[in-house]
Amino acid sequence: MSSESSGSGSAGAEGAAGGDAPADRAGVAADGAAGSSRDAKAAKIRELMRTEGPAVAENTKGFNAGRYESVGRLDDYEELKERARAIKEDAIERLPELLDEVTATVEANGGTVYLAEDAADANRYVEEVVHANDADRVVKSKSMTSEEIEVNEALEAEGIDVVETDLGEWVLQVADESPSHIVAPAIHKSREAIAELFNERFDPDEELETAEELTAFARERLMELIEGADVGMTGANFVTADTGTLALVTSEGNARKSAVVPDTHVAVAGVEKVIPSVEDLAPFAELIGRSGTGQDITSYLSLLTPPVDSPTMDFDDPEAAMGDADDREFHLVLIDNGRLAMREDEQLKETLYCIRCSACSNTCANFQHVGGHAFGGETYSGGIATGWEAGIEGLDTAAEFNDLCTGCSRCVEACPVGIDIPWINTVVRDRVNRGESDRFGGFDSLVEGLTPDAEPGGIDLGKRLFGNFETVAKLGSVFAPVSNWVAGTRPAKVAMGRLLGIDPRRDLPAFERETLVDWFRDRGGCRVGPVDAEREAVVYPDVYTNHVDVARGKATVRALEALGVHVRVPTVRSSGRAPLSQGMIATAEDHAHDVYAALAEHVDAGRDVVVIEPSDLAMFRREYEHFLAPQAYERLADASYEVLEYVYGLVENGADPDALAAPATERAAKVAYHSHCQQRTLGLAGHTEAVLSELGYDVVTSDVECCGMAGSFGYKADYYELSVQVGGDLRDQFTTDETRSRRVVASGTSCLEQLDSLLDRSSTHPVELIAPDG
Amino acid sequence: MTATAGADAGAVETFAASLDRLDVELTRTAPADLGATLETVASDPAVGARLPFDGVALPEWVRLDPTPAEVQAARTGISPAVLAVADYGSVVLPSTDDAAEPVSLFPERHVPVVRASDVVAGMPEAFATLGPRLREDRGSFVLATGPSATADMGALVRGAHGPREVHVVLLEDGPSTAVDPGLDGTVVDGTETAGADGTDADDADDADDRGGDGA
Repeated sequence: MSSESSGSGSAGAEGAAGGDAPADRAGVAADGAAGSSRDAKAAKIRELMRTEGPAVAENTKGFNAGRYESVGRLDDYEELKERARAIKEDAIERLPELLDEVTATVEANGGTVYLAEDAADANRYVEEVVHANDADRVVKSKSMTSEEIEVNEALEAEGIDVVETDLGEWVLQVADESPSHIVAPAIHKSREAIAELFNERFDPDEELETAEELTAFARERLMELIEGADVGMTGANFVTADTGTLALVTSEGNARKSAVVPDTHVAVAGVEKVIPSVEDLAPFAELIGRSGTGQDITSYLSLLTPPVDSPTMDFDDPEAAMGDADDREFHLVLIDNGRLAMREDEQLKETLYCIRCSACSNTCANFQHVGGHAFGGETYSGGIATGWEAGIEGLDTAAEFNDLCTGCSRCVEACPVGIDIPWINTVVRDRVNRGESDRFGGFDSLVEGLTPDAEPGGIDLGKRLFGNFETVAKLGSVFAPVSNWVAGTRPAKVAMGRLLGIDPRRDLPAFERETLVDWFRDRGGCRVGPVDAEREAVVYPDVYTNHVDVARGKATVRALEALGVHVRVPTVRSSGRAPLSQGMIATAEDHAHDVYAALAEHVDAGRDVVVIEPSDLAMFRREYEHFLAPQAYERLADASYEVLEYVYGLVENGADPDALAAPATERAAKVAYHSHCQQRTLGLAGHTEAVLSELGYDVVTSDVECCGMAGSFGYKADYYELSVQVGGDLRDQFTTDETRSRRVVASGTSCLEQLDSLLDRSSTHPVELIAPDG
Repeated sequence: MTATAGADAGAVETFAASLDRLDVELTRTAPADLGATLETVASDPAVGARLPFDGVALPEWVRLDPTPAEVQAARTGISPAVLAVADYGSVVLPSTDDAAEPVSLFPERHVPVVRASDVVAGMPEAFATLGPRLREDRGSFVLATGPSATADMGALVRGAHGPREVHVVLLEDGPSTAVDPGLDGTVVDGTETAGADGTDADDADDADDRGGDGA
């Protein structure tokens, strides 16, 4: 836990978002509203980074590191994930049938099932149960679903005392705050802040200070409240249709007490929690704790098949024998609240596989610095929250935080059920863009010429500009160096800030007048003839390499030539990564078709496709699955390689590594390497390390999840400070005693830009180290 | 569960190692010595739930069928575990009509008693046993792994709403009334194998138990 005080934590968490520009405002007014909305968002993020950031960062990074260690101890981690995924896919597919089955099972067990259409319906039913039991107090164990329906507020309005018994939830109830994390709700509060809260609120005889004292105090106080409760409420992590068993993943023991002490048990669960059988719980039992808090397993996995067999406990007459288990009453409230519609939505459906483990929050570099009060909606937080909030609350709620997902994809491999969380975020962003197309109406003309996209008129101008970066880059090269001077002037920066939301503290890319394609053509093509060549390859001229960092493209050509590869550098359209990251799916798809058309013949001719920019390779290997026919997607994905992955493969297959450049001096051999987030998700960081080591380099690799730049993200005024804060972790790793004099090497364009701005020394793509001089 | 042919020695050793990692004490005992063993691991007052193992019973000083007040006041709760999961050091505690659930939950020390022959290797084996059993009798179980814990107050604390300490007693051979040639016949009595010095060896469990009560 953090030793720094995080303050009260609640300030600035709510209410600062605002900024919704009325659709009918036109002209400059709309621009002004967009600007002030950005300012408000930036201010909210700044405040949360200051107040809650330190505690959130320390805890989430701890969970994340624990996850790596814990899943590393599993021999069959990937198999377990596949099995877990298959179970959820099957369960959601057969959901109507499973709901019928679980209803029949629970009723046969002696319980009652209520399928609630929405939150109000669920709360009405719970109120009825509480009133029918003449209950004055309900004790609850932690349940995000109960947060979603806001049952506490509903019951309190009826005069019922509702007590959260999970210690973290109770802290928040006392502080009147909302959870900032789906598993550890009070993650944003430090021990010091909790002690201050308790001492002030409860005025104990002796001031509380240590975690032990705080825990003992809470336990004692909550036990009294549990003893006098008439109804116990729990959630459920899973509900098995074959037996009507609730699986509850907990550590404190409060859920056990909440279920066993009061005679009446009400469980609330989303309909998606139902799985077919008890045996299906096995992979989840192994995965959920590891994925979330990095524990191999939590203290308790309760398998309750209510009404339970335990005798009732009447603490009003504690000396009397325990009562009859037959007096127990059980109600299972299964909640739809948008889920059945999500099931019909091909894009949002995957959200329903979520087991609420929090891995996507903990592994997310942005979440680590702002927490769920910024990166979250009404109830849910972290990457998957976009899916939940879009499905349950609607697009407006999802839109408020969706941009915090940069698409880095680190959560994809962390997710125990393999949900493509960045894709869900992209889909929602696309829908938000389309839904908002009226808002900025009339302003398109300003960037119209720069944005030959397939989007409907009027999405956020900055998004549209970044989404069409290829066109911007082409013009930039044509007019370089004048375009660079203009872009660097203060008036231009101010204008870009106001209209496009680009933060003036960022330097914009400087365009080269001679593109990689031009250079390659003008030098007379490849120096290795096709007849002599071992292999033939196409170097994909991604937009950044082609127009901005041409040097790494040249180095790639030279390195491949040195290894006996016949190289071609054709003109190919940009991958569509830029528009996709802005949620412009139709435009990205358009790019995908053009790219495939341009590369298909090369692939047919047996040529490999070598990609320098990892985010573009990730398009070919991951996102193109959504855009291309299955066979086309597989052909391109199979033929494509990250450049160092390709070099690694060539050397493994007999190419002579001595043809590449080895470090000239011992000092030059020491490098600090930052792999790219999407490259890591593709499992390709190791290839760069291996090639560098083979050539005699001594490599230290960063272990941050993301550099924080993430394409256009770090350029945007609303997110600039967060981007720099996230980058601070990387800066810290590269300025230690061991690393500070090492040469900095990074694979991604964004990472290189971020590193250049974070460090005093410049950074290089690894291919530039290994390419022989040309 | 029926009396089984014998214990899987590998699984039992794995179980012991897992408990050691969790800093949970383990005492192995012959069924005939259970009473004496419990005297060494339980503090008074002790409450208990009946052991469903043939020929084995809790000693008289353990209060059975306790009242709510007795459960609250007890320092030790002794209850049966019908399975143990070697890989995780988990014990599977049934809910019973003689209050095994509160007995295992309220007192600060919990002593689960499990037969060596009921130690299974991993989760798939555990759920393969629990599935048919739950479909048959619709009972309730808790897979309990170590003591209750929380990190919600800013640091890991053992002993949240549930027990602070767990001390597993392993019945080393079959029921004393049964003659089982499948066993190696060696009775290991009352040896404590767990790391009793209270130092935590490695592990993620200590560093990262913030909350985790999630549904």
